[in-house]
Amino acid sequence: MTPPRSAFGIPPQPGAAGGPAEPPPRRLLAGRGWTGVLVAVLFLSVVVPVLNLFVPEGSALHLSGFYVSLLGKILCYAICALAIGLIWGYTGILSLGHGLFFALGGYGMGMYLMRQIGSDGQYKSNLPDFMVFLNWKEFPWHWAWSDSFIGQMLLVILVPGLLAFVFGYFAFRSRIKGVYFSIITQALTFAAMLLFFRNETGFGGNNGFTDFKRILDIPIATPGMRVVLCVITGLVLVGFYLMSRAIVQSKYGRVLQAIRDAETRVMFTGYNPVAYKLSIWTLSAVMCAVAGALYVPQVGIINPGEMSPAAGIEMAIWAAVGGRATLIGPIVGAFFVNGAKSWFTVAFPEYWLFFLGALFIAVTLFLPRGIIGLLKRKGDSE
Amino acid sequence: MTVLKGLLGGLILALAGWAGNACALSPEQASRVADGSSDERIEALHLVLGTGDVTLIPFVTALLADEVKVSAGRAYIVRGEEVVEAGSGKASKLPEDAEDVVNNNRMRQALEGALAAFKLTSADRTERANAIETLKNTADEGLLGFLERAASTETDGDLKARLELLRASALISSGDKSRRLAAAELLASSNDPSTGSLLAEKLALESDPEVKAAMARSLDAVQTRLAWGERLGVLFTGASLGSILLLAALGLAITYGLMGVINMAHGELLMIGAYATWLVQSVFKTYLPQAFDWYIAAAIPASFLAAALVGAAMERSVIRWLYGRPLETLLATWGISLILMQTVRSLFGAQNVGVENPSWLSGGVQVLPNLTLPYNRIAILVFAALVLLGVVLLISKTRLGLFVRGVTQNRRMAACMGVNTARVDTYAFSLGSGIAGLGGCALSQVGNVGPDLGQGYIVDSFMVVVLGGVGQLAGTVYAALGLGVLNKLLEGWQGAVLAKIMVLILIVIFIQKRPQGIFAMKGRSAET
Repeated sequence: MTPPRSAFGIPPQPGAAGGPAEPPPRRLLAGRGWTGVLVAVLFLSVVVPVLNLFVPEGSALHLSGFYVSLLGKILCYAICALAIGLIWGYTGILSLGHGLFFALGGYGMGMYLMRQIGSDGQYKSNLPDFMVFLNWKEFPWHWAWSDSFIGQMLLVILVPGLLAFVFGYFAFRSRIKGVYFSIITQALTFAAMLLFFRNETGFGGNNGFTDFKRILDIPIATPGMRVVLCVITGLVLVGFYLMSRAIVQSKYGRVLQAIRDAETRVMFTGYNPVAYKLSIWTLSAVMCAVAGALYVPQVGIINPGEMSPAAGIEMAIWAAVGGRATLIGPIVGAFFVNGAKSWFTVAFPEYWLFFLGALFIAVTLFLPRGIIGLLKRKGDSE
Repeated sequence: MTVLKGLLGGLILALAGWAGNACALSPEQASRVADGSSDERIEALHLVLGTGDVTLIPFVTALLADEVKVSAGRAYIVRGEEVVEAGSGKASKLPEDAEDVVNNNRMRQALEGALAAFKLTSADRTERANAIETLKNTADEGLLGFLERAASTETDGDLKARLELLRASALISSGDKSRRLAAAELLASSNDPSTGSLLAEKLALESDPEVKAAMARSLDAVQTRLAWGERLGVLFTGASLGSILLLAALGLAITYGLMGVINMAHGELLMIGAYATWLVQSVFKTYLPQAFDWYIAAAIPASFLAAALVGAAMERSVIRWLYGRPLETLLATWGISLILMQTVRSLFGAQNVGVENPSWLSGGVQVLPNLTLPYNRIAILVFAALVLLGVVLLISKTRLGLFVRGVTQNRRMAACMGVNTARVDTYAFSLGSGIAGLGGCALSQVGNVGPDLGQGYIVDSFMVVVLGGVGQLAGTVYAALGLGVLNKLLEGWQGAVLAKIMVLILIVIFIQKRPQGIFAMKGRSAET
């Protein structure tokens, strides 16, 4: 049975499918787009710090620390959603395993933060508490770089990148695609989670890493640091957005979209889809890992729960809710779903899963192009 | 201080024991047995035991029931208000400073062993057999007299042989070399797994080369004989896991393999089947306790129907609109699974519920000395085979099966021939869901039933279907059994978690070689 062209669920974009493709626009963003980016950067780097740090606490305009951390957290999620949008929305690869890359990045940062605790832990030892608890005498080999910030940040990028590259190489080479690929990424994440749950792997087992004290020798649990991390995350997101925008508008990006719509035809036209898919897949994994590395110092904990298959599949829904056929959509989706989550889990904790489940169903049934699609349709009819 | 007391007590005891069998348990002896270090107490116990004095029985029973207190070299049996001095049997007053006697596990074993030793000469055969079983782990030289006396009067051949083995395991720690040698040779004929560990333990402690060689020979003989039991055991647990995987994956093979629908809520359909079983069981417990053993007969159709109905509702309301969009189906069904889980959690609570086995499913049949096959696992194997047979017949022989195959092969052509494809979809999806419900019913007999039950099986059952090849029931069967056995083999070698990881990695590698699974459908399509 040959699946129809819309097997990936992307309704053909006006002008893109069917008729001849419109020529790629030369400019990275339209004028309105640049304004939006500028507003976002200003909001993040000026308004948020001022409202949080300089507006007195009683004032109506004061932004509390809770909201700053929430914003920082959601910005990390938005990076993940953007990464998913690149591979799912633009290349047609649905990964349920991005939770793994996110957590790997987080663990990479976590290792560095654990080293920064120094001997201030419960047991006053140079080793992290959980290693003392396991009666280890020295750091295992994979902690060799963990005392250097630069080294560890390299690992944050290299380890998930390499894993994605190797896994992707084998998967794409044997032309595993569609749901097969999704399910295998899920199995990979599941296997990794089991591995990280074990104490012997040297990642703190069940409890993971927590109780961080410093980053770059600066205390981590201060309002100032909170704002700094949040701003950095926001700027990284904007940077990634512009990069993704450049990618999807390039010739390379056009090929990716062609692969999404009809991979076999692309192959018959003389392109090798493996190289395209592999490169975008690896890039997307690294973006997720960076998000994870930014996430951990802000929430102060990383444990194998972040790798659970449920976490990976939730990331996909962020992208779907916002509208994965655009780049801004996944970001909007991440804000919408996680904003709803933080409100629901406080207001009606028992109904959150009902809402999330209904969201999964409603979006796939009624909003295949997500919130952005809905807005655009309104805009078109006006 | 205690050591001195122990020595003194030992001396008194030795004298008392030497004085002859006639004298009853003395208060000093009783106190020696009740007070001191475990080693001293066990030594004292065996000294008294050697006399074969039956007055020891009530005292040991009281010790096991934690009814004994000690004070100033006297032991007292305290039952409510009544206080009796142990040994003399005189009623007395409990001294102020009396302390409870605490028995650790080793002491308890020794006490139970002592009680069992008295039963070795009982007139009842089962009682004697039980006594031998109890003594298996505690036999030592102190009981030798008892064992020899029992062996000399034993008439039953089987029990006599077991007594000999018991005597041998008592003798293997003897101080006398020739006795150890004889014991080591005797033990070679044992079929008991504990003999193997006993021999291995003693072998490590042994210094005499001759005895060492004899022990090693016997150990070898015992292990060769036991190895078969172990191998068969791994095979059986593997097949048992395989049959559970098969039940979980068979429904998926229909919905995914035949219909191309990714149902992430499949695990939750298992869970619904298990909860339906639990409900039926609770109804039987409350209203029909006399027929409780047969609640399974009602639970099987109930779990099938419950899951099939939920499946039909899912297909009609959601999945129907998503045919040909597999990635969307995946997300929507994941949403359904969240809702189903939360519904069950709200209705029945987040805790696991207890499903009791009917009495005829508990216990097991002993095939080899170290291999017992539990009845519930055997029942699931048989059940899985029957379900499989049913599905194969349904798909290959019935009109519905014909329609399902037709729609699978070419939906449009089937519709042109007058098949109501929409209805066939609903039926096939309900069938797959119902089979998942049956799987849940089977699972409830061997594992915990809770809202998260399905989550543990979803990855595994997808692996089975992917490995077996899409659209192939035969592939599903081979993949389920193969994965089950492979998993258990690796588990024995590397532990459960690493085994699971290795299996997943093996599957990924396997799919590299054969992307279409074990049994690929032959075709020439470039799009797969």
